Amino acid sequence: MSTATEQKPLVALDGLSKTFDLSPPLLNRLIERKGRRSLRAVDGLNIDIPRGKTFALVGESGCGKSTVAKLVVGLHGASAGKITFDGTDLTKLAAADRGAFRKRIQMIFQDPYASLNPRWRVRDIIAEPLRSFGITSSKAEERAEVGRLLELVGLSARDGEKFPHEFSGGQRQRISIARAISSKPEFLVCDEPTSALDVSVQSQVLNLMRDLQDELGLTYLFISHDLAVVDFMSDYVGVMYLGRLVEAGPAERIFSAPEHPYTRLLMDTVPDITMGRRNRAPVIGEVPNPITPPPGCSFNPRCPLANDRCRAQAPEARKRAGGSIVACHAVEEGRDTPETVACETGEGARMQLARGAA
Amino acid sequence: MSLEAFPQSRLAAIIESDLFYKFRTSWITVGAFVVTLVIVLAAVLAPWIAPHDPFDVSTLSLWDSELPPVWAEGGDPRFLLGTDNQGRDVFSAILYGSRISLAVGFVSVAFAMVIGIVIGLVSGYFGGAIDAFFMRIADVMLSFPTILVALLVSGIVRGALPREMHDSAALIVLVFAITVTTWVQYARTVRSSTMVERSREYVYAAQLVGRKPFAILFSHILPNVMGPVLVIATINLAMAILIEATLSFLGVGMPPTNPSLGTLIRVGNEYLFSGVWWVVIFPSLTLVALVLAVNLLGDWLRDALNPKLR
Repeated sequence: MSTATEQKPLVALDGLSKTFDLSPPLLNRLIERKGRRSLRAVDGLNIDIPRGKTFALVGESGCGKSTVAKLVVGLHGASAGKITFDGTDLTKLAAADRGAFRKRIQMIFQDPYASLNPRWRVRDIIAEPLRSFGITSSKAEERAEVGRLLELVGLSARDGEKFPHEFSGGQRQRISIARAISSKPEFLVCDEPTSALDVSVQSQVLNLMRDLQDELGLTYLFISHDLAVVDFMSDYVGVMYLGRLVEAGPAERIFSAPEHPYTRLLMDTVPDITMGRRNRAPVIGEVPNPITPPPGCSFNPRCPLANDRCRAQAPEARKRAGGSIVACHAVEEGRDTPETVACETGEGARMQLARGAA
Repeated sequence: MSLEAFPQSRLAAIIESDLFYKFRTSWITVGAFVVTLVIVLAAVLAPWIAPHDPFDVSTLSLWDSELPPVWAEGGDPRFLLGTDNQGRDVFSAILYGSRISLAVGFVSVAFAMVIGIVIGLVSGYFGGAIDAFFMRIADVMLSFPTILVALLVSGIVRGALPREMHDSAALIVLVFAITVTTWVQYARTVRSSTMVERSREYVYAAQLVGRKPFAILFSHILPNVMGPVLVIATINLAMAILIEATLSFLGVGMPPTNPSLGTLIRVGNEYLFSGVWWVVIFPSLTLVALVLAVNLLGDWLRDALNPKLR
């Protein structure tokens, strides 16, 4: 992203790609004469995240958001591209040299019920990074630090004696956050940290995350499909579709004037109290199978603006006025101006795409 | 009770647990537990509570041979359950015999459990070629009947060892044969649970802080896969005792000089039709009671640990 060139970004993804091999075993391929099959979960992602800011990745289920999270923290190895963290390319790093960076990059997980080992006491869960990284030298010091972390996330130091099942979802997520910040990381990858929580609890956890960001100077890669949450949290937004970034830019720009047809479609799905009984544009179709993506622009089967060029040639990301980048032929050619566009799919359903563009 | 959280003692936690509730509300389970406890205690304490040492030849007298139990006509109050053809006290022989049976059962279950758990954890966690290798071995093991493999193993060992070593090696051969045939169950169960746990987020969290695979396997995954293993272990204890009895009954297990329950049954079986029924009936009843009780305990554990039946 070109918007934060004043200072070197803390994290930069450069052409990051991940291909999963889904081929059947060799024997089956020989006997059943099946070919190799692969899935491009992430395809040439370019993202810069400035220090102390929040970059949000949004998109539908299955678009590769979580794969990006796992690539960045090193749970998956990248197939191509670079992940630069504070000047060092993590993808080239040998496992032994990764140790120092593990401490600086941590993750908050989606499911607070699966991310805490049910057989471990909370104090041991939070102390695991402390022990593994050798941060505390004595039992007493470790105890004090665990107590401090628990209080930092709004729990009581005595809660350390309990087991995870004695806590609610929101409290568990706080424990998860306490564990993630225990090694004093600079960069936190948050993979849908609130999607498993009640709305009322969501806001508490999000406020906590924002407070911690101010207090500890954290940088977030925030992955979500909830646009309201993203609006609240993020400085920059990237919209993913089928493994590719279709639009990225400053959050206020993306929310006020989305340009890519897919982004507009997403924004249109956000309920708005002022909308009343407006005739809402239906979201047509669903994400295509990523194993056999459509030729050309991957959004073309669902895009009301698609023409023959879109069906043949994949668009490249281009800088736009207003500081965002958009990968769309229609935007580039200025075909996206009409207020309403007749839909080519569906039974003459009409799609309003111009909300907010005025 | 105050709302404030207070640290519970372990004993109180056990008494309040679902497991214990299921236990004390089922008289069958309590009965099974008492029977198991009595037999295990009697076996462990055999040298102190047995009225005779059945293997001390100097104390045996052929005058005492084939005496019926005390309550039958011609019974001798010295011999509670009668004597066999050598004048050995059947009650004492059962105590010592249960000792051997239980020892074989516990030791082979422990070995099979350790081997099965380690192979299951490694297979499930690393997958790929390692998994394929171990699981094909497991498939092969499963395609043979347990008794057949046990017979084969003891046959090979007997063929390889000189005759005078057979009796002393019998215990080891039995444990080995039972272990070899029963580890597969543990390995498969642990493997499938491990595959589920491996992709849970707490495992990712541990990987992210740089814990090594084996540290993760034993500190994180193992405690979460132990439930089903304990159930299998309990039921397999009964099975191991039965396999041991079967092998001994077939003559490839414990020798008559150091008999297990199975050996006692085999020896006694030869006298059954001459009217000396007590030599075979009492060891058989002990075996049935023990296996049934342990099996019932296993059933209780399985139901109590099964979240679907809660």
